[in-house]
Amino acid sequence: MANASLDTLRRTVLGMLVPALVLVIWQVAGSRPGMAGILPTPMLVLEGWHGWIFGSPGMGLNPYLGSWVSNVQYSSMRVAQGFFLAALIGVPLGLLIGWSRLVQQLFDPLIQSLRPIPITAWLPFSIALFGIRDMGAIFLIFLGGFYAIVVNTTQGARDVERNLVRAALMMGASRKQLLYRVVLPAAMPSIFTGLRIGLGISWTAVIVSEMVAVKSGLGYVLWDAYYVGRMDIVLADMVSIGIMGFLSDRLIVFIESKVLVWRMLQSH
Amino acid sequence: MSHISIDKLYKTYPGATPVKALEDINLQVAPGELVALLGPSGCGKSTLLNLIAGFEQPSQGQLLVDAQAVRAPGPDRGVVFQEAALFPWLTVWENVIFGPKVQGMARSEYEDRAHEMIKIVGLSDFKNHLPVQLSGGMRQRVGIARILTLGSRVLLMDEPFGALDAQTRLTMQELLLTVWQKLKPTIIFVTHDIDEAIFLASSIYVMSARPGRIQTKITVPLARPRTVADTASETFASLKLDILNLIRH
Repeated sequence: MANASLDTLRRTVLGMLVPALVLVIWQVAGSRPGMAGILPTPMLVLEGWHGWIFGSPGMGLNPYLGSWVSNVQYSSMRVAQGFFLAALIGVPLGLLIGWSRLVQQLFDPLIQSLRPIPITAWLPFSIALFGIRDMGAIFLIFLGGFYAIVVNTTQGARDVERNLVRAALMMGASRKQLLYRVVLPAAMPSIFTGLRIGLGISWTAVIVSEMVAVKSGLGYVLWDAYYVGRMDIVLADMVSIGIMGFLSDRLIVFIESKVLVWRMLQSH
Repeated sequence: MSHISIDKLYKTYPGATPVKALEDINLQVAPGELVALLGPSGCGKSTLLNLIAGFEQPSQGQLLVDAQAVRAPGPDRGVVFQEAALFPWLTVWENVIFGPKVQGMARSEYEDRAHEMIKIVGLSDFKNHLPVQLSGGMRQRVGIARILTLGSRVLLMDEPFGALDAQTRLTMQELLLTVWQKLKPTIIFVTHDIDEAIFLASSIYVMSARPGRIQTKITVPLARPRTVADTASETFASLKLDILNLIRH
C-alpha cells in the first residue's frame, strides 16, 4: 500500500516537473523588458483572464471585461451545431457506404476527392456563400467533423465480422435488420473514434472561422485581442480553447463508456 | 425420404488459378441422423457446410433440404460456428432470442422455449452475462441454445469444439449427445478430430483434400446412448485405427 501511494506521489511530482519549469521560464522571460507586448507573464495572464471572466462590462475602455462566458457559449454552440449536423449525416452515410456497394460507388469518389482540400481552404467560399454569419462558421465545422466521422464509420461498417452477418442471416434477419441490429452496433467503436477525431477538428474549424467569418466567439476574441495588443487575453483565450476541447472530448468518452460497456469489458 | 440430399455437387472458386474446393459430392442424410464430416484442413468440409447453410452457392449440382433447393441461409438450418459468433453487445438472453425477435414473433411465443433451451445447455444463471464474460465452452453453449430456440431441424456445426480444452470438449460432446437424444434434430458435424467423429456420429464421411471429395462412408457400430466408456472400447480403438490408415493411405 505504502509503495503504491509512494509510486503515485513520485509520478505526480515527475509529471509536474517539466510544466512547472516551463512556467518558471515563462515568468522570467516575460518579466524581461521588451517582452511586455509579446509575452505577458503567467500572473498577468491570470489577471487578464480573471477580468475577462468576472469583470463587469461597460467599465472603462476594456472591451473584454466579463465577456468570457458568452464567448465560450458562442463557440461551443457553433461547435455543437456543426458537429451534431456532421454526426447526423456522417454516421448513417458512413454505414451505408460501408454496407452497400451501390451507395459506396455513388458517394465514395466524391468524398475521397473533396477530402484532401483542407477545411481552411473552404473559408472564402463559405463566406461568399453564407456571408459573415453563423452559417459560414457552422458549415466549416460541419465539414471538418464530417470527413472524420464518415470515413471511420465506413471503415467500421466494412470490418464487421463475416460470421456475425452470417449468424444474423441464418436466424432470419432481413437486410434492414442486419444494418441496424448488426452493422451499426459492430461499427460503434469505429463511430466513436470518428466522433472524437471529428470533434477535435470541429474546434480547429470554429476558431479559424470565427477569426474571419463572424464577430463573436473565442476565435474572434483571439484575433481581435492580438490586433489591440492584449496578449494576456490571447494567451488566456488559447488556454480556454484547450480546456473546452478537452472537456468536450471527455464528454464523448463518457458517453462511449456508457454505450460500449461490452467493448470496455473486452479490453480488460 | 432423406432430409438433406446432395447430388453431384461441385464448388470451384474462380480466379487466375481456379480452386476446386469440392468435386462430385454425393450425400444423403436421413431425418434425425447425426453425421460427421471428417478430414484434414483444406478438404472442403467447411465449404460443404457453408453450401448447405446457404452462405455460398454451389457451382454445379443439386443441394436439397426438405426437398427444396437451398438458395439462402434461413432458420430451418441453424449453424454453430467455430468461434460461436455471438453478438458481443448482447447478453446471453438477448443472443438466444435474437432469431425469434427478428422474425417478428411475440415474446410469449418464444420466451418459455428460450428459457428451456438455456436450461438444457446449463446457463440459467448466466442470462444477463455478456459473451465476453463467458469462457469458450460457455459461449458455444449459448451458440447451441440459440439455434435450439430458433427451432432449426437441421444443425450445422463447424468444428464447434475445436478451440476448447480436452476436458471442456468432452463435456460439450456429451451435452450435444443429450440434446440430440432429446430433440432428434438432423446434425451435420464438421471436425478434424477422429475421436470426436466416432464418439458423436452414426455415419462418418471421410473427406480428402485438393480437390475436396468424399472418400468413404463409415458406419459407426457403437450403440446409443453412448458414454465416455465407449471411447475406451475395443470397437472404438479398431475403428480409429481403420480411419487413421485410411487418411494416411
